[in-house]
Amino acid sequence: MIEMQNVWKNYPNGTIALQGISVHIGKSDFVYVVGPSGAGKSTFIKLMYREENPTKGEIFVNGFNIGRLKPRKVPLLRRSLGVVFQDFKLLPRLTAYENVAFALEVIGAQRQIKRRVREALDWVGLVDKADVLPEHLSGGEQQRIAIARALVNNPTVIIADEPTGNLDPETSWGIMKVFQRINDRGTTVVMATHNKDIVNTLRKRVIAIENGRIARDEAKGTYEYED
Amino acid sequence: MMGRHLREGVKNLIRNSWMSVASVGAVAITLLILGAALLIAFNAQQMSQYVAGQLQVNVYLKQQVTKAQAQQIVGEVQNMPGIRSVQYVSKEEGFKQLEQMIGTQYHDVLGGLSQANTLPDKLIVKAANPQDTVTVAKEIQAVPGVDKVDSGQQVVNRLLAFLSVLRNIGLAFVLGLLVTAMFLISNTIKITIFSRRREIEIMKLVGATNWFIRWPFLTEAMLIGFIGAAIPFAILTLGYRSLYVHVGGVFPILTFPLLPVSAVAIKLFGVMLLIGLFVGIWGGIMSIRKFLRV
Ligand SMILES: Nc1ncnc2c1ncn2[C@@H]1O[C@H](COP(=O)(O)OP(=O)(O)O)[C@@H](O)[C@H]1O
Ligand SMILES: [Mg+2]
Repeated sequence: MIEMQNVWKNYPNGTIALQGISVHIGKSDFVYVVGPSGAGKSTFIKLMYREENPTKGEIFVNGFNIGRLKPRKVPLLRRSLGVVFQDFKLLPRLTAYENVAFALEVIGAQRQIKRRVREALDWVGLVDKADVLPEHLSGGEQQRIAIARALVNNPTVIIADEPTGNLDPETSWGIMKVFQRINDRGTTVVMATHNKDIVNTLRKRVIAIENGRIARDEAKGTYEYED
Repeated sequence: MMGRHLREGVKNLIRNSWMSVASVGAVAITLLILGAALLIAFNAQQMSQYVAGQLQVNVYLKQQVTKAQAQQIVGEVQNMPGIRSVQYVSKEEGFKQLEQMIGTQYHDVLGGLSQANTLPDKLIVKAANPQDTVTVAKEIQAVPGVDKVDSGQQVVNRLLAFLSVLRNIGLAFVLGLLVTAMFLISNTIKITIFSRRREIEIMKLVGATNWFIRWPFLTEAMLIGFIGAAIPFAILTLGYRSLYVHVGGVFPILTFPLLPVSAVAIKLFGVMLLIGLFVGIWGGIMSIRKFLRV
């Protein structure tokens, strides 16, 4: 599913964000990526959907060789993934329904858009908010819409960079339940997070990155940082 | 799919209304000047063709030349190489022709003039080859008894030279304007790209292809070019049509027939549309390449 072998990432300004990452994430895994600020978690995530290119090393995601992927093929990789962010990235002028449908329309999908969008909204429990604009939704609801958008194309992997970073604890738990359900249906989940409480309660595999290196990789691991 | 791109392109155009108006205006003004120049050029071509077909040299004899001497000169000119025909018009005949041309209405104007002093004897000479008209005219000038030689070609040449200078100035001017229009379009597209950067970001994220992302912006740019061509085209054809009707299809003074509206409209539309679209696409691509890193 996701395979990294001795991956390095140097940014043009000289920062070495990742120094020799090797990791394997299998189908239906649920992985937390933890570590101090600036450790390289976001870079690790960005490499997976080819927002950044590795400087060295091999990365395979859903069968795509990231380092050698032609720009023309990047859209195909992205269609096999769903990506969720801390800031939701919804389009303010579109309703919840339209935001989700947007993801299908812009990849040229024609068939059954309505049904698929309803289904995705159903997954996150927001069918009744379909016609509401994001500004009239709570933070948690907005994040659910973003998750529905990531899900609507039936990806095999969901990648999330601090999806609960902007949410209060109670709302965060609601979001985690959604991720758990997504994982239960067989979708791989990779989530960078600072949420100690969640990592230590909903126990999953933990990959800890420090200084661009993997410091720990434990099944049913714990957070172990004081934020 | 193209339907969506067109819809988005129109949306961009409307959302960005002030910049769109400025860009369309720039293209329209440029093409208005270019189109007007083209109309003149088309007709200038027509003029030179028409006038070349009936080129003749008017040879005026000196007042003191007698009828007998005139006949001698006619013979002499007839024997020169490259001459097709020589027609002798005596001053009396010339006067009658003038009378006819001006018409009875203005007869009084001529009535007061003494016939003998108004007009010189005239020879109307045609060269075998219209291009030789000027050479022939020069040779005839050397014949004794000849006063003035007037070849229509000279007038045409002067007019054509003037028009070509005008055309070159116009062309440089239009070229400058085209570049300006292109930069305005490129700037408009840049602003659109900027105002839609969130959508672009999400499109990339969910796997839209590069061309899918580019098309609405390219469509917007082409629409600017298209509208910028359509407006001056409408103005020019309507203007030309009313001019055509007003002068009865014949250009005053030089009296050559103007090209009919239908004949110029097609060519004009083709050229203007092509240039409009070209400027639009060019300006669009400039911005897309620079600001739409996909
Ligand atoms: N686009 C970039 N250009 C230069 N340096 C960057 C860029 N993105 C991240 N970095 C640097 O790379 C390191 C890792 O950053 P990041 O992956 O965002 O860490 P984390 O998500 O764990 O906080 C940091 O030192 C950060 O400043
Ligand atoms: Mg980060």
